Amino acid sequence: MDSRRLPRAVIDPKVRQVGFFTSCDPPPARSLSVPADTGASAIVPTDMSSSPPLTDIYITNNSFSSVRIPPPRQVSAEGLHSLGRAAGSTTSVFAHDVLSPHCWEGIQMPIGSYNSSEFMQGKSSMLSPSSSRFDDIDFSEEEATSACLIRTGSGKEAAAFPRSSGEVMMAIKSGANAPAKSALKTASVVKALPEVTEKDGGTSIEKQNEGIGAARSKQKTTKAERRAIQEVQRAAKAAAKDAGKGAKSTFASSGGALAVAKQAKSAILPSQTKYGSSVASERRVDRNPDKDGKKDVSQSSMQFDDKSRVEKAKRRAAVGHFEARNSVELFRHLPQYEHGPQLQYLESKFFHLDHIHPSVYKVGLQYLTGSTSGGNARCKEMLLAFQEAVMDYSTPPEKTPARDLTSKISSYVSFLIACRPLSISMGNAIRFLKNRIAKLDHNISESEAKSNLLSDIDRFINEKIIVADKVIVHHAVTKIRDGDVLLIYGHSTVVEMILLQAHELGKQFRIVVVDSRPKLEGKALLRKLVMKGLSCTYTHLNAISYIMHEVTRVFLGASSILSNGTIYSRVGTACVAMVSHTFRVPVLICCEAYKFNERVLLDSICSNELGDPDVISKVHGRDGLNDLENWSDHENLQLLNLFYDATPSDYVSMIVTEHGMIPPTSVPVIFREYGRDQLFF
Amino acid sequence: MPDVQTLVNDFVLKLKRRKIEGSQASAKQTAELLRSVVSQQRLPYINQATVLLDAVRAVGEQLIAANPVELAVGNIVRRILHIIREEDLTSTASAMEGLSLSANSDDDDNYEREDHQALSAAAVAAAARSTLRAPSLQTLLEGIPESASAPHPSSSGGDSEGKSKSAERSSRSKKLKHDVIEAINELIQDIETCHEQISEQAVGLIHQNEVILTLGRSRTVKEFLCAANEKKRSFRVFIAEGAPRYLGHVLAKELVAKGLQTTVITDSAVFAMISRVNMVIVGAHAIMANGGVIAPVGINMVALAAQRHAVPFVVVAGSHKLCPLYPHNPEVLLNDFKSPSDLLDFGEFSDCMDFSTSGGSPRLHVVNPAFDFIPSKLVSLFITDTGGHSPSYIYRLIADYYSADDFVVRRRSTTS
Repeated sequence: MDSRRLPRAVIDPKVRQVGFFTSCDPPPARSLSVPADTGASAIVPTDMSSSPPLTDIYITNNSFSSVRIPPPRQVSAEGLHSLGRAAGSTTSVFAHDVLSPHCWEGIQMPIGSYNSSEFMQGKSSMLSPSSSRFDDIDFSEEEATSACLIRTGSGKEAAAFPRSSGEVMMAIKSGANAPAKSALKTASVVKALPEVTEKDGGTSIEKQNEGIGAARSKQKTTKAERRAIQEVQRAAKAAAKDAGKGAKSTFASSGGALAVAKQAKSAILPSQTKYGSSVASERRVDRNPDKDGKKDVSQSSMQFDDKSRVEKAKRRAAVGHFEARNSVELFRHLPQYEHGPQLQYLESKFFHLDHIHPSVYKVGLQYLTGSTSGGNARCKEMLLAFQEAVMDYSTPPEKTPARDLTSKISSYVSFLIACRPLSISMGNAIRFLKNRIAKLDHNISESEAKSNLLSDIDRFINEKIIVADKVIVHHAVTKIRDGDVLLIYGHSTVVEMILLQAHELGKQFRIVVVDSRPKLEGKALLRKLVMKGLSCTYTHLNAISYIMHEVTRVFLGASSILSNGTIYSRVGTACVAMVSHTFRVPVLICCEAYKFNERVLLDSICSNELGDPDVISKVHGRDGLNDLENWSDHENLQLLNLFYDATPSDYVSMIVTEHGMIPPTSVPVIFREYGRDQLFF
Repeated sequence: MPDVQTLVNDFVLKLKRRKIEGSQASAKQTAELLRSVVSQQRLPYINQATVLLDAVRAVGEQLIAANPVELAVGNIVRRILHIIREEDLTSTASAMEGLSLSANSDDDDNYEREDHQALSAAAVAAAARSTLRAPSLQTLLEGIPESASAPHPSSSGGDSEGKSKSAERSSRSKKLKHDVIEAINELIQDIETCHEQISEQAVGLIHQNEVILTLGRSRTVKEFLCAANEKKRSFRVFIAEGAPRYLGHVLAKELVAKGLQTTVITDSAVFAMISRVNMVIVGAHAIMANGGVIAPVGINMVALAAQRHAVPFVVVAGSHKLCPLYPHNPEVLLNDFKSPSDLLDFGEFSDCMDFSTSGGSPRLHVVNPAFDFIPSKLVSLFITDTGGHSPSYIYRLIADYYSADDFVVRRRSTTS
């Protein structure tokens, strides 16, 4: 039972899952790895992925409410300090060890695992917008309370923090960002305070913890220890908040009851409960406070069928949410398309969104209106906008660029997400950028750091997109022979470059451009090709079975390639690949390696993007076809405009990347051989 | 006769200009036209069936040539030829019996030839009947003596009163024509009511909460789904819009009006959605003898996706769409091409085309086929007005509707 309710914040997959909500992939391995016995799981320090079952947190909570934190913790501080330099995992063991002599069993375990998770995420936290979004959306209330606590407890600490954190950061590379986080937390605390006191559960906990804080603040505590204590406090608060929310009573019993109730719910909706249950741990993953106290909502990290979370998210969204009409039941978990009202809303809010850099704002609007589309173009535009933002950035006093800039970027990213869900490639690029920021040398001046960042972004655009495209073209052109009939679908820039290059090389071939509604991207591509003097045949997707008889090669682009070989691409790609496969025509997927992602996907439903349903009701150039006018008046009628689909790997003959031409089964090999670091950074 | 010819010409023109939409309409109109051909055909005393057959075949040939892709026309022509043969058989058989009972001595030379013809026809009829009739132990055992006994009475000549005979014969000639017209009327009736008979089977095939996917619009599919809905089955329907005609929109509107849960998707989303679909139901343009289906363009893609996800692929079609021909290269030979303006507006690309240099062959082609061929292995089930059939049974079903002599209409007519 408990093991089902794992908080899943802990692990590094989060790092990779930028731009996508992660709840689709069930974590069976993880849940298995958690022993039901709390003591056992606490002792296993290497079991990073298993964070404590929620009930343990409640236990923690109980013990908290009844027991004051014993003074002996101070003793442990020295030990922690010395060991804090060790790797994250060891620290977790250590925290556990230190605490256990005091028989503080209820708390012991959460601390241990929280530390472990924290350390693991230290590396990732800054890079991972999705995780930051998690806590922004889901847990902002608890956050408020915890932040408040920190204020009361460690105001002094906060002032001293930047100095000590800098030192620790150098020592512990993996944990580098954790102190940054807590510092940021303290910064954000004050504004959040009013919210807190409403919750009786929260406040009472606060009082209790004040004691802790007071006791602690006398000491000069180490980073590790402070973190440990914060984790405990947060866990307590998370529990208390649940208790307060559910029963409006004080903690213990009601908290437990609520946990049980939640568990029951989780059995029914496992995907959602992952969010629910991860309250305590995810919340802390990394936190990027907005100056305004506004939390931007990541749409992609949310399950939109969870009403309460959506409500919460709505309250905090910088960008308005609007009720979608007649949404399709299968896709309720995805952000519904809400373009029209969104655009007006954004326009009206222009002067209120002053924390968004104008260039980011511009790019966001371009996404929203669709004037910038296509994986590479969107990614490039975004990076250029970030570049401008970085250029105009100046570190506020008492802050380090690494922290503040990351939070800024995160808020930009959530703005962009509100405009249109991120693509996987953009997620990778954001991860790259945040990683770069996190790795900034603290000894260099701000201008130097900025110029480093700018050149990094330039390098990314150049290496990962422009040069990669050239290499792909170089590879793929060798696969075009005289007399070939090439079929293309959609509008992939790299495929277009391949065709033009082959044409320049003087190869004699014919192109079949297959197009489909509603985007009709093929037309734009057809125009370019015809202008260049290539001979083309234009047809629609339905005729693919007819035209496939004469085709000898199929060239397709991809939005992303997932590690099980699934091609995540423009909707319809799967159909083309399927028919080609049936007719024994080789399918070549051309995709830059920065679009690779370690996620896996089996169908096109778990993760996708919904487009404007209205464009389906209107057919371009067919004014007589108005059967679906006023479609939203009929509650039984829905229009579904999917953007992507997942092509099974067995339809694909070959993937052309800048690393070479590989079969789809070798996608994970690319990850292994080149490593995530080389691939993206 | 001339007015029949004008009717035929009108119809041929309509077919040539593709003015008649849908196989049901063309089937019905073909049947009506052939009915008037039959009714206006002057019949001689002898060889009535042959004359009728020739007349129908001559018209049928023109019709088929006018639109060889509209297989329903050819099907109806063959069905009517088959009807004439059948009626002829039954009438000669009954005449035979009358002959054998009344006249034992028929030595009139005038009738020698006709008798001979009747005799052979009777033999054929007996043989045909024994094959057509459901096999039972009775027929298996008695089939041979029966056919052997058939020539028996006619071989004996006999005396006759010529006048009574000719009177009988004129009544017979009228009877043949009358019977044929009756049968054609029945056929027209069948074509009209095939939807009802098909949709009666809907409840047995659609369960509660089913998710059904279809592409484009077929009237048969619409009636099928509506019938299930009327029987209080609640299910949802995904409709792929069916480029380039986008009739899916029309179907969606109709189904929503009936209160069905309907979702319109783009054709490209078929593969994405098919994994959540329980059954694919589509209409057909024609069903070939090997169980392959000619259907509106795009359905082959749906069938392949359905096969990939092991989703049953059901084709609903009236029996007038059953075609006795075996397809050869049907994607090309049994296909029709629509106007490119469905895809590109007129002159849309004229600005970027360089007409001066290209040596006659334009750089831009637009392909807009009308039909897809779905091989029989992709089809799970056919629902026709005579019930559900598996693709492998279609060849046998065809034997019920067509006689083997008529499979090739043209060659017969040119040789005879």
